[in-house]
Amino acid sequence: MPRFDRRGFLAAAGVSWLTPLGTALARAAEASRAPAKSLVVLWLGGGPSQLETFDPKPGTNIAAGTKAIPTAAKGVQLAAGLERVADQMRHVSLVRSLWSKEGDHERGTYALKTGYRPDPTVTHPSLGAIICHDLPGAGVEIPRHVSILPNEWPARGGTLGPEFDAFKMFDPAEKVPDTTPQVPGDRFESRFEDLKIVDGAFAAGRGKRVAATGHTDAMARARRMMTSDQLKAFDVSTEPEAVKRAYGNTAFGRGCLAARRLLDVGVRCVEVTLAGWDSHANNHEITTRLKSELDPAFAALLNDLHERGTLKDTVVLCVGEFGRTPQMNPLGGRDHWPHNFTAAIAGGGLRGGLAIGESDPEGGKDPADKQPVANLHATVLRALGINHEKTLRGPLGRTFARSEGTPIAALS
Amino acid sequence: MWVRNAVFIGALIGAGLAIRASLFPLSTESRRVKFDPTPVQADEFQAVVRQVNAAFQADWGARGIEPAPKATDLAIARRLSLALAGTVPSLEEIRQFEAQPPESRLDGWANHLLHDRRHADYFAERLARAYVGTEDGPLIAYRKRRYLAWLAEEFRKNTSYAEIVRQMIATQGLNTDRPAVNFIAATYDDDRKAPDPEKLAIRVSRAFLGLRIDCAQCHDHFLEPAWKQTHFQSLAAFFGQTKHTITNIADGDGEYRFEDRVAGGTHEIAPAVPFLPNLLPAEGTRRERLAAWVTDPRNVHFNRATVNRVWAMMFGRPLLKQIEAQTLDETIPPALDILAADFAKNGHDLRRLMLLIASTDVFRLDSAAPFEITDAHEDSLAVFPLTRLRPEQVIGNVIQAASVTTIDQQSHVFTRLRRYFNERDFVKRYGDADDDSFAKSTSTIPQRLLVMNGDLVDGKAREELLNASSQIAMFAANDAAAVETAYLAALTRRPTPVERDHFAARLAGAGGDARKRHLADLYWVLFNSTEISWNH
Repeated sequence: MPRFDRRGFLAAAGVSWLTPLGTALARAAEASRAPAKSLVVLWLGGGPSQLETFDPKPGTNIAAGTKAIPTAAKGVQLAAGLERVADQMRHVSLVRSLWSKEGDHERGTYALKTGYRPDPTVTHPSLGAIICHDLPGAGVEIPRHVSILPNEWPARGGTLGPEFDAFKMFDPAEKVPDTTPQVPGDRFESRFEDLKIVDGAFAAGRGKRVAATGHTDAMARARRMMTSDQLKAFDVSTEPEAVKRAYGNTAFGRGCLAARRLLDVGVRCVEVTLAGWDSHANNHEITTRLKSELDPAFAALLNDLHERGTLKDTVVLCVGEFGRTPQMNPLGGRDHWPHNFTAAIAGGGLRGGLAIGESDPEGGKDPADKQPVANLHATVLRALGINHEKTLRGPLGRTFARSEGTPIAALS
Repeated sequence: MWVRNAVFIGALIGAGLAIRASLFPLSTESRRVKFDPTPVQADEFQAVVRQVNAAFQADWGARGIEPAPKATDLAIARRLSLALAGTVPSLEEIRQFEAQPPESRLDGWANHLLHDRRHADYFAERLARAYVGTEDGPLIAYRKRRYLAWLAEEFRKNTSYAEIVRQMIATQGLNTDRPAVNFIAATYDDDRKAPDPEKLAIRVSRAFLGLRIDCAQCHDHFLEPAWKQTHFQSLAAFFGQTKHTITNIADGDGEYRFEDRVAGGTHEIAPAVPFLPNLLPAEGTRRERLAAWVTDPRNVHFNRATVNRVWAMMFGRPLLKQIEAQTLDETIPPALDILAADFAKNGHDLRRLMLLIASTDVFRLDSAAPFEITDAHEDSLAVFPLTRLRPEQVIGNVIQAASVTTIDQQSHVFTRLRRYFNERDFVKRYGDADDDSFAKSTSTIPQRLLVMNGDLVDGKAREELLNASSQIAMFAANDAAAVETAYLAALTRRPTPVERDHFAARLAGAGGDARKRHLADLYWVLFNSTEISWNH
């Protein structure tokens, strides 16, 4: 059946001259649009099955019975179990032809978080680290790069330095780790006074060398963070019940809600991890359970940001280290599959409601419009107004681009 | 009933005596540190030390630089302990150290540490980062724990370093039976179902030769015209016949083909070494030939790379600009050549090398100076470098400082296990430095929060019976002695008069729980000081 798209329609209607005009108008709108300010990464640790999430193939062999549902974006389906995200699909685009060479969890995580393959000569900074580095923020007393519920490999600062590592925190139902003194206030104060005596003795004869350690400065900033009002952003208990319910009564849901609150106080990048997608056996049971956590949290976050008018300022990226094999294995599981998987991306002025690239319905062939993972990084950086081609310097003076990818044209 | 009471009281008295014995010079023979300075006293050994000293003196003289004075013996003892065993001296060890004759106690202490099991374990763990990386690697195909245990055992036996490296490069066999093969197995590539020759070429050239020729992996090197892609790939070809079946590493036949990442396609290439081709033997498997070439005493790059790496582990920075150089034409400091030649001449004896470095004047300089310290001082090692301790050293320091006795192989298994888990948790939170890049780094906020408020560190400072702070509060003779003991345990030094008076005043008149609380506060302060998390 011939497909009828916008271009075809306009041509048929004899108004194809409108297309260049439309392009010019779109360009002008793009130029005037302020870049996004922050990034939320919903990290699906373990490698989610694309077939049971963002790229269902209903009725094919490889679907293995997984059903698809319609969404708010015309012609774009999601796997059953993501009904609430489906309602938000006008904000979300799917990159269904994502492609990487790394089929190991650690290496795949590195590739997806940095946009580079692991390289023994240099540790590349993660996307969040680059953004925090390039977009400094004044008046933020808490870490601007945060990883909530991290697994073994949270986002790192790499060559930018450990100060750009994501600050790790766990279920927001609990207190932020290590921010409460173990002793009463006056005793804590007196300990700090005493510290000056010991540090003073060490500085004698060492002068600038001790200042260069950054120790005292890091102590002071850590203390400022402990007493900062902004720290309350981690505490989701003060949110209205309805909001908490919308995000879901799970650690991941609370993490997403905390992420939104953190952005409000000036945090640049938050990574929230939902781990456990490594479904080598019982794939369908595992993904069904995880989707019940992902669906409300992801949808509520998009809705919340949209209603507050800040979705245009925030890129929300949902992805894991790789996808899973189209063919089921004898244990009813799917194995690692970096050759073709899907990322969902929303907000930050990027276009929503699109499905980019197309995976093979048999699962064997390369996807159409193949997108190397680095393109995702280039796209996000551009949305934040960062020149992705600008270089960073590695430890041996070797330079490398912030991202070696190309922004995905259809998204901007 | 009275029997039970008597037993209970007896147990309490026994425990009290045990703690007291630990705090002050002890009597058990088995816990006595063996200070044996004899290897250092040999004339030929001293001659090499003098050569290194003269080389540094000449350099400072030529630059018109005055070096810092010699550090205190305790500062050097701490340095040695951190460098060689990854922890600080215990109070028990400090007491014994101070009872030794001053002229030879540092030599004896260094020699003792090199024979300590903690040294072998620590060095194996550190060096393995360069050999096999920090990844856990492929399951079943690769046995990291077995590999580490093997490496530690070789260091404990002081096996020739050349022999250790030969085994890693050339051994065939099962990864459980011949743990050295895990060097190869760690690079197992699931796609090709074999070890990765390119990764192995990178590891061999970096870890053993101190060279980064891997920039020539895909194209001829931009910075170093001498490195061609063929150099790199023909080095990789030595691993082109290596097969990996489940857990077994063996050599077969066939030619190595590499992928042309620029033009596409693959090319066949024969094994060849990038320099000193006359050292490559004609006989043996490809890997055996490569191993013989790498470890040949005449291969200066192997000798220098080893000395440079060991130097970096002891000073916190390498003697050359980097651990791994990109070019062959870097100026070699005379001291490096002296030590490298001695290393080759003495059968690649790592223990002797470390003892030599520990005996030099430059290792014993202060990190403070009565004059302004300039970049020129830093560059020429005219002052001892200040470098951040690694996470496991920081927590090792905290755990050791919280105990008055040495935590080592002789400690109760419970104590060692607790140390293991404490350390693992802490390192995970504090942030593990990926490799031994010796890059300059500064303190971070999460680290400071963890040490300031974390349960682990606070638990070690807290006024609990098993902690040194409580024991010192109970048993120290007076306030000044209590302060001094805490300083020795945590910072391996005595307090300055200002510090002593300040903290003694805090303790003055306080008894019982209040006294323990003040000691716990002092411990917290010492644990959070700049000094404790830096090597100096």
